[in-house]
Amino acid sequence: MLEIKNLHVKLEEEDKQILKGVNLTVEAGKVHAIMGPNGSGKSTLSYVLSGRDGYEVTDGEATLAGEDILEMEPEERAAAGIFLAFQYPVEIPGVGNMTFLRTAVNAQRKARGEEELSASDFLKDVRAKAKTLKIDAEMLKRPVNVGFSGGEKKRNEILQMAMLEPKMCILDETDSGLDVDAMKLVSEGVNALRDEGRGFLVITHYQRLLDHIKPDVVHIMADGRIIKTGGPELALEVENNGYADILAEEGV
Amino acid sequence: MALPERKQSDTDARLAAMTLPEGGCLAEARKAALSRVQTMGLPNRRDEYWKYTRPDTLVQADAPTAAVFDAGEAPMFDEFDRLKVVFVDGVFDAEASDDLSLEGISIERIADICDKDIHWAKDLYGVLEARGQTPVARPLAALNTAFAQDGVVIRVTGTPSKPVNLVYRHGSDSSDAILHHVVRVESGASATILENGPAASRFNKCMEVDVADGGALHLVRAQGRDHERRAATHLFARLGTESVFKAFTLTVNGVLTRNEAVIELTGDDAVAHIAGACVGDGDFHHDDTVFITHDAVNCESRQVFKKVLRNGATGVFQGKILVKEGAQKTDGYQISQSLLLDDDSQFLAKPELEIYADDVACSHGSTSGAIDEEGLFYLRSRGVPTDVAADLLTLAFLAEAVEEIEDDEIAAALVARLEGWLARRR
Ligand SMILES: Nc1ncnc2c1ncn2[C@@H]1O[C@H](COP(=O)(O)OP(=O)(O)OP(=O)(O)O)[C@@H](O)[C@H]1O
Ligand SMILES: [Mg+2]
Repeated sequence: MLEIKNLHVKLEEEDKQILKGVNLTVEAGKVHAIMGPNGSGKSTLSYVLSGRDGYEVTDGEATLAGEDILEMEPEERAAAGIFLAFQYPVEIPGVGNMTFLRTAVNAQRKARGEEELSASDFLKDVRAKAKTLKIDAEMLKRPVNVGFSGGEKKRNEILQMAMLEPKMCILDETDSGLDVDAMKLVSEGVNALRDEGRGFLVITHYQRLLDHIKPDVVHIMADGRIIKTGGPELALEVENNGYADILAEEGV
Repeated sequence: MALPERKQSDTDARLAAMTLPEGGCLAEARKAALSRVQTMGLPNRRDEYWKYTRPDTLVQADAPTAAVFDAGEAPMFDEFDRLKVVFVDGVFDAEASDDLSLEGISIERIADICDKDIHWAKDLYGVLEARGQTPVARPLAALNTAFAQDGVVIRVTGTPSKPVNLVYRHGSDSSDAILHHVVRVESGASATILENGPAASRFNKCMEVDVADGGALHLVRAQGRDHERRAATHLFARLGTESVFKAFTLTVNGVLTRNEAVIELTGDDAVAHIAGACVGDGDFHHDDTVFITHDAVNCESRQVFKKVLRNGATGVFQGKILVKEGAQKTDGYQISQSLLLDDDSQFLAKPELEIYADDVACSHGSTSGAIDEEGLFYLRSRGVPTDVAADLLTLAFLAEAVEEIEDDEIAAALVARLEGWLARRR
């Protein structure tokens, strides 16, 4: 599904190399987790994949289902199936959540040459999905993320993911700021989307999330590289011992 | 005191090109207004109040020509049930207008009241304008009172079943129109007035609004899309106890627009809201100049002005809240913001507060900024194309002003026009 080869990325404005040769393949139907110390480049990877400005790819490639995504505009990547649940979801005053969702869903359908959803089909779909995430009607009417609590913002990200049904879901610390119950809700939301045709890349610092969303593969990122890859047990090792041993072992 | 030489000669030149209309019962008011003009002189660029907007083309004897623009869309408010009062190049058009009778409201042409000795409008015509000349002179408004060719006097005595729509058509490339309206809302009465259209190549409009105790007036205006038109408008409003006055203006295009509003809250518990949204391109110059005086207890005033500027357009906001001694419990709010869609455009703002009472809550803020890049990326990352995303954010920026319109259907109609403007610029 998602194939990243030798990806090197620097900041556009500064002479600072952040990703230094990332290699990673997420197969359809699989859940990959990325863990790693603060500042190791996890969010940068997720931003570069979704097309945010400010980064320059100096080497390497990234493809989604065989298509080069690095040349695409962010909206084209979205239509191709990339979705990033932001570490810090953005507040957009003046744009209603519902309008936002509907515009996004229909824009993607249009880009893929599909018919737009009718207002009533859309409404039915949103209401059902919002309900499972315990997002009430009032929250749907409010401007996007404005005045939402940290946990509400994260649930709203998952609602967007559920509505857009992307092929490749990238979740950047979706567990941070969630209480225990919200963590369960969000995990259920993600698990409901697990599907043979869909890949997941879950960035997290904690095993706790991975108790709910069971990963197939766990990667450790440090200093702009994937330094170690293993099964779910790797996450437990990090949980128990921190990164020191792994970093030393891999010579970082 | 003699006027500066330049001002004197410019004023003389303009006045020489005009003749005072036969006044009838308004003759005194017109003469008094003419003498105000002569005393104040017409504005020029040295005047502090015209620091950001050059008045030359509004003052000079010959109006610059402006091509009549065919927008290729139905005029604003066409879809609403309303009583239409049409002016073409500033002259009433009876053919195009509806029958002026409607329960709860009386509408008469200024020309038709002139031969009457006694008329209620006599006590208002030029009166609020004259009051509004201090502390800041507004000579173009006095010029209007003196020379207005046409206009209506509207008296609201009940709750008319539909709004009155003053339609200003632009017919000739060289038209120079002066319209003066007087509106009196009687105690407990309430009405909505809609205004739309470019009116003329050059338009000088004055509206005096007197809202009696417990009365309410909603005013929604859409200034026409003609690119080359120029307009100087004045709104003078006086509010009685527990009265409500809400005004909103949408401006799309026009090479020069100066909208002045002078609002006086003279009765306790009165509410005045004035808002505007404008979008402009290139040589578009748009100026909102507002002066609100609180002279009673527990009144509320809100000013919400939003400007979207691109391609070198200029936006100006001069807004003042004056809270007089004794106007306790005043709640005054003022916000003026611009969204600059490129580096060539500019927003010039002068917000002012002058307060002589101690128990008041007044706030003002003015900002100028570009499209929020974070928001734009967030929308795009969800698949929304850049131009659509930028339009969504632009409309969101204007939303606070548009929300000031009480009637949702009217607000939606205005938003549709804004969407159209944005879509045409993709
Ligand atoms: N726009 C930027 N300007 C300056 N430095 C940046 C920028 N983006 C990323 N960096 C730097 O790049 C490095 C990687 O940042 P990134 O946010 O990708 O880390 P992370 O692994 O997501 O960390 P965390 O676990 O704290 O979320 C950090 O040193 C960060 O300061
Ligand atoms: Mg991060």
